[in-house]
Amino acid sequence: MLDADFIRSRILEALPGSEVEVRDTTGTGDHFEARVISPDFAGKMMVQQHKLVYAPLQTWLQTGELHALALKTYSPEQWKKLGNR
Amino acid sequence: MTPELKARFDQITQSHPIVLFMKGNALFPQCGFSARALSLLQPHGEVFTVDVLADPEVRQGIKDYTNWPTIPQIFIRGQFIGGSDILTELAERGELADLVAGKPPA
Repeated sequence: MLDADFIRSRILEALPGSEVEVRDTTGTGDHFEARVISPDFAGKMMVQQHKLVYAPLQTWLQTGELHALALKTYSPEQWKKLGNR
Repeated sequence: MTPELKARFDQITQSHPIVLFMKGNALFPQCGFSARALSLLQPHGEVFTVDVLADPEVRQGIKDYTNWPTIPQIFIRGQFIGGSDILTELAERGELADLVAGKPPA
């Protein structure tokens, strides 16, 4: 069983300087959703952004301890453009 | 993956503006995610579909080709876009039309 803070820390290690929010969607410690805003995402396709977030979590995705992680990813520019700042 | 299969994927994804690797076909999608992907893409142009259920080599091969674990998989203008979650998100943000038009992400 994982927790949101653990997942958040792994993402932050891989993408320093990003803004990360993680939520346990089912309360069972294996289904999460995350919102990540990172300067590293600028100019990248969404699929590349997602791969950057999944990368530090491969171990737990492969064992199935982390069953699902729904992602919303934004470059700071995309986040601003969507009217969030 | 064999060079022949890779060449086949290169050829398919580069010869059509919108390509969807799905379960079933446009008339009879065999999975809800494939059906939804199809309906999100259709407003943006003609969708060339490949039924992965028709060929086990294609079903596994496309996952190796993109290094992405699930089906459906979407290609626009020869570029791998992602699966149904990413497609849904792009549609909600209104970015699908930009991709079809060849506009780079911000």
